Amino acid sequence: MSQEKTVKTTTDIDSLRSEIRDKSTRVIDVRREEDYKQSHIPTAVNLPLANLLSDDNPERVLKLVNAMGIDDETPVVVYDDTFGALASRVAWTLEYLGHSDVSLLETTFSKWKSLGLENDNKTPEIQSKNHSIHLKPEILATSDYLETSKDKPNVILIDNRERLNYLEQHIPGAISLPYRTLATQDKILRPKEDMKRLLDNRRISGNSEIITYCGSVGTLSGLAYYALKSVGLPNVKLYVRSFKEWKGLEKPIAKQQDASYWDLSAE
Amino acid sequence: MTVSDLKQSYPDSPKPKINWARIEEAEDFANTVKLFRQGKYDEDSFRRYRLQHGAYGTRMTNDYAMVRIKLPAGEIYPHQLEKISQLSEQFSIGSAHFSTRENIQLHWVILEDVSEILRGLSEVGLTSREACGNSVRNVMCSPLSGVCPDEEFDSTPYALATARFFLRNPLSQSLPRKFKFNFTCCEKHGMVRMVDVGLIPQTRDLDGTIQKGFKIFLGGGLGNKSFVGYQLEEFTPEEDLLYTSIAVLRIFDRLGDRKNMARNRMRYLVNDMGWEKFQNLVLKERAIVRATQSVVTRLEVDPTPSIIKRPIRISDESGSSIPDGYARWLKTNTLKQKQSEYNSVFITLEAGDITSNQITALATIIREFSSEGYARAGFVQNIALRYVHDDDLSRLYSKLLTVGLAKSGALTMAAPIGCSGTTSCNLALTNSHRLAKEIQRKFLELKLDQDDDLRDSSIKISGCPNACGQHGIATIGFFGGGGRVGKEMYPNYQMSLGGRSDGETMLGATCHRIPAKRVIPVILKIIELFKQNKKSDDTLKDWMHRVVNGKEDSEIKSILDIRKALDSFTIPPTKEEDPDFYTDYGSDSSYHTKTGKGECAA
Repeated sequence: MSQEKTVKTTTDIDSLRSEIRDKSTRVIDVRREEDYKQSHIPTAVNLPLANLLSDDNPERVLKLVNAMGIDDETPVVVYDDTFGALASRVAWTLEYLGHSDVSLLETTFSKWKSLGLENDNKTPEIQSKNHSIHLKPEILATSDYLETSKDKPNVILIDNRERLNYLEQHIPGAISLPYRTLATQDKILRPKEDMKRLLDNRRISGNSEIITYCGSVGTLSGLAYYALKSVGLPNVKLYVRSFKEWKGLEKPIAKQQDASYWDLSAE
Repeated sequence: MTVSDLKQSYPDSPKPKINWARIEEAEDFANTVKLFRQGKYDEDSFRRYRLQHGAYGTRMTNDYAMVRIKLPAGEIYPHQLEKISQLSEQFSIGSAHFSTRENIQLHWVILEDVSEILRGLSEVGLTSREACGNSVRNVMCSPLSGVCPDEEFDSTPYALATARFFLRNPLSQSLPRKFKFNFTCCEKHGMVRMVDVGLIPQTRDLDGTIQKGFKIFLGGGLGNKSFVGYQLEEFTPEEDLLYTSIAVLRIFDRLGDRKNMARNRMRYLVNDMGWEKFQNLVLKERAIVRATQSVVTRLEVDPTPSIIKRPIRISDESGSSIPDGYARWLKTNTLKQKQSEYNSVFITLEAGDITSNQITALATIIREFSSEGYARAGFVQNIALRYVHDDDLSRLYSKLLTVGLAKSGALTMAAPIGCSGTTSCNLALTNSHRLAKEIQRKFLELKLDQDDDLRDSSIKISGCPNACGQHGIATIGFFGGGGRVGKEMYPNYQMSLGGRSDGETMLGATCHRIPAKRVIPVILKIIELFKQNKKSDDTLKDWMHRVVNGKEDSEIKSILDIRKALDSFTIPPTKEEDPDFYTDYGSDSSYHTKTGKGECAA
């Protein structure tokens, strides 16, 4: 028997369509307000990521969640148009607050639209609800926590920025797993078996505590958080303030020396 | 089927004729890396295994590899490009690199991810097997084969058949050193005398029937020491092509130097033995091969021609104006094919680099504009889009422009070659890669791509003496090294002049050592000298040929005269006067030479 828990991290298109029809799920669109106003998945509410990030302490998040009509039992599906990274950051924030039934739409809004699926520009009327707070510190890594734990043999630190950025500078001891590696052409996350094989090759397994980080606000690494959850890895944390904070605190940085890799880029 | 399984498909896209891949090699590679990491595989055996599967080492690290994807005969199909684009984003640096040998390289790949790339390649029938190591490397063919007005016949099917015969063949798994085949279309295009086996198609009239065959050149090659190859015989009939290839490989396998890695390419064997003796051995060995091979040993030459079908125009853009630069691009990037109304269009990349987004865009452009439905990699880190109809050229230009692939000068001196240099190679001493980009930018800025006098000349740059940048056959060639002033070092290049790879192939003559940051002014100075002294219908290539052969009668009579005119460029300033002089391109710290272990010889 596998000890890994099966966690629902994504919701497929067909399931979401029927959930919308029977109004059982709260759908959150995390794109900018003007994009949302033009068109969105029917019944979706708008929570632009920037709005959330302007102040993401739990008391404020609670107000936002209540205003979106979400209580402890409401299933939530989040989507974006940025390969799932922004949606992941919002979903993680809900999870951190203590919400247990939140998942990502398996694809982006553009893809949804390109498949000819239903969308409209109506803003739904929401009845406010009362959510509780049961913070989950076990899914959060702070810089202090990271500094004391990153060199432990049981801890794997993953950098989800692009490879060239990683080569140029990264947190010492981190391994590189660019966010693009996690997706397929059509879906924000690879199929489970594919993802498992990839992580297994990298010796990223369930026996470790895994911490993900990216450039600044935990979006790309948020997606990685869900990628790791999708294969049932039990102990994953998001270093939500990521490399921007680490660098700002003038903590040690590692670099791939003596090679001009940037000059191989055609950008 | 659910809605989410719907995918866009292109029912009319032609499919590759040959599947080069084997999916089980991906699994095997993943397992072998695991065993190696567990210490169950020694370094040397693992390196040999890794190279045989097309994963090359990376500068100053054991954690990364470069995956070299073979494009036999240079052929690349749209769906294959889309896959490579995706693999580049997922596992590499978001750019890919077109090499001089019709490979596409993905750099800075984590060793543990190589198997995932092999898996992805197998989905589209491509392989990196035997792209590195001591094997038969990618079999090249001219990007113009099949469309070149000067060719006797299309050698592409023979190149593909040769690639198919030797790939995974036990005969070529453990050669003394790497081994290269180049097929071309005619004398003008290609470099058949600068490779282990070079082949030009030719025909002869045998009592009224036309017989196909090849001019075969053996024992040439560029490297630390370069040699020009010899023609085996007047005419090699097509049925002898495979026997000749096997005979040459058998001799190399038997007699090649397996000890001295610095000189174990076949060209050294030919040189040590003397051509006549080697030639005799090949002819005798071929007789034995012919007499002893079973009837099933033959090349599977597929003569079916590509289907030429002009793509249906999806959108009507007639009436929209043609963007600026079209005439310049048309002149410097396109060639008329022997098929009337059709053109081959060359896309020049900066030192072979292309972004993953551009690769994806290119796939769409091929579908929309090439009547044969696929593209060919070229000889100079570029791409050829063939069978583009006259009426579609301006639309194609507009499309290429929108994705940054319409740089002019593809078929001119303004498209220099630069090997990967210090961007990724363990052996490199200088950033030859970036230097090539800088020269290209300067040439285009000065509009030198439009200068007919410079059109058939070339600039080629290697980051070390090993000549991956093919400097020996350039009109102006450079290879990197370090210069020294007291304790300070600066990047420096040995410059050679007058090299060429056509019917009058010769290696460039050594001229001067030029500091990296003086290379561009020196090239411009040479062009100035040429303009001052040229005869009215001279090209730089013609003029240089006379100069290096001591046959020029103007003020510049020999390479020594050029050397003298350049002396002032080679004097190092002090570090206080010009700190930039002491740094290489792409780096802001003081220059120092630093190299790791080379793997060509592994």
